[in-house]
Amino acid sequence: MNSRNKYGYLFISPFFIVFSIFGIYPILLSLYMSFTDYKGIGSPFNANWVGLQQYARLIKDTYFLQAFINTWKIWGVNIVLQLALALILAVIFSDVRLKLKGVSLYRAIFYLPNLMTVSSVALLFLFILDWQHGALNGLLLKAGFISRPINWLGQPQTAQLSVSLIQTWLWFGHTFIIIFAGIEGISKDYFEAAMIDGANRTQTFFKVTLPLLKPIMIYVVITSLIGGLQLFEIPFLMSQNGLGGPEGSLVTMVLYLFNQAFKYRNFGYAAAVAYGLFFIILIFSIVVFKGMFKEEA
Amino acid sequence: MNKRNLIRGILYAFLTLLALVCLIPFAMMIVNSTRSNTEIVRGFTLIPGKSLIENYKNMMYHMDVTDGIFKGIWLGYKNSFIIAVSVTILSGYFSALTAYGFYAFDFKGKKVLFTLILIMMMIPSQLGLLGFYELNKALKTLDSYIPLIVPSIATPFTVFFMRQYLISTMHPALLEAARIDGANEVTIFHKIVLPIMLPAIATMSIFAFIGAWNNYLVPLTIISSPHKYPLPVLMGYLKGGKVSENLGSMYLAISMSVAPIIIAFMFLSKYIISSISAGSVKE
Repeated sequence: MNSRNKYGYLFISPFFIVFSIFGIYPILLSLYMSFTDYKGIGSPFNANWVGLQQYARLIKDTYFLQAFINTWKIWGVNIVLQLALALILAVIFSDVRLKLKGVSLYRAIFYLPNLMTVSSVALLFLFILDWQHGALNGLLLKAGFISRPINWLGQPQTAQLSVSLIQTWLWFGHTFIIIFAGIEGISKDYFEAAMIDGANRTQTFFKVTLPLLKPIMIYVVITSLIGGLQLFEIPFLMSQNGLGGPEGSLVTMVLYLFNQAFKYRNFGYAAAVAYGLFFIILIFSIVVFKGMFKEEA
Repeated sequence: MNKRNLIRGILYAFLTLLALVCLIPFAMMIVNSTRSNTEIVRGFTLIPGKSLIENYKNMMYHMDVTDGIFKGIWLGYKNSFIIAVSVTILSGYFSALTAYGFYAFDFKGKKVLFTLILIMMMIPSQLGLLGFYELNKALKTLDSYIPLIVPSIATPFTVFFMRQYLISTMHPALLEAARIDGANEVTIFHKIVLPIMLPAIATMSIFAFIGAWNNYLVPLTIISSPHKYPLPVLMGYLKGGKVSENLGSMYLAISMSVAPIIIAFMFLSKYIISSISAGSVKE
């Protein structure tokens, strides 16, 4: 190594010093805490070592299982709607025969919700969905769609659906931009060849567009999975600061983690929840990745 | 031909409806912040009311007196700006520095260290949350902005993005020429490399600023004094207090918290959208 290359260390050292302290160390400390009965008082290093007890508790914890199911329901409805909507939009905007105009304006409008402060969005919808004075019920009553106000956030099913729909509202524009860029990146030759071979729109979509979009779809599903399984702000702010909504239907995994740590001071157990969630995300990312590529082979 | 026009008509109607669904919540928010509590309770309309100033005064009064945060919302702005601007500058400068270190030099362990950055990009942020809290407790930096600002020196995704940018735009001959002229490496970075990287830094800065502005979970766990709250945490805090008893005041507070983002988006939307498309296709 010549002397010039030593500058490499100089240039990357600020990053790695901060990275070690604020990035890697907290992850290792969380791991250590998950093997103790640390209660948030004093230092985790003075707490009792309990081995795998916290993990044993996690596996048997029905509240965590409930949080797991809640999170999946909320994410599942959201990703299906979000992908369907984004695909439809991407297909109609890229259709050479329809030649729809105004794509950049629509795209900007669809994307706008995604940039908003999520906590403000949660509060906004909390007021919009309010049972008695909310704007949504007011609007639906006035239009005659419903005869009595719906208690959106008062029942488990509608509360979860509301959060799913808000998530869809926040993310479909982002997904649309990515998928649309993907379709634009597909060579026009494929579509022309399909047209010459007499394929109709449906055939073109399923036989040409969708298979070629697969890598991008995998990217979208995995990034959405990683973010969606960590859902916190909206359920937290829409359920009286973390109480979890009707019948605990809005308790997500990260909300459960947060409550275990900062409400009940079970830091050791909460750290085990964090690692449990990490492995769940890891396993399902691999499953999605393998599953979507396997179809092809 | 007629059939095609009919299809197009239906599609435009669908797109417009979808656009309305995206915009109406914001319209509700803005319109309701000008209406009085009784007007809001009575039902929704898109016609603005006359209570904007009254709502503002009520909001300020309750923040100052009941919650004890003097000039609450403006203090929230100040706090959010201090954090977001610091994060943007630190992550922009140090990510460029790190990316250039990986791009321009060969040193032992380079591959391992870069792989570490790639792995950290994939790790969910909540994994280290409790350890991060404990670390700051031990460092006595809880309830300060240090944990919100300093970690942005190490932003893995930004480093990754900027290294890709350097690979595709930098001319090694330029660096060689500067070296022959006897410039030292630190000067080369500041005088030659940094200006070339400005477009990438600008792109990442937009996202860094918005991300820091919107951040909720970390400040919620770290900051405990209301007068230090950034806007998102302040909004959550207001929800449980006197301000939220007047719906108009609450809508006004929410509007004010997202106003900078909406204004930024109006000027930068094309830029933002093209960087998302570009980023996703290259990956």
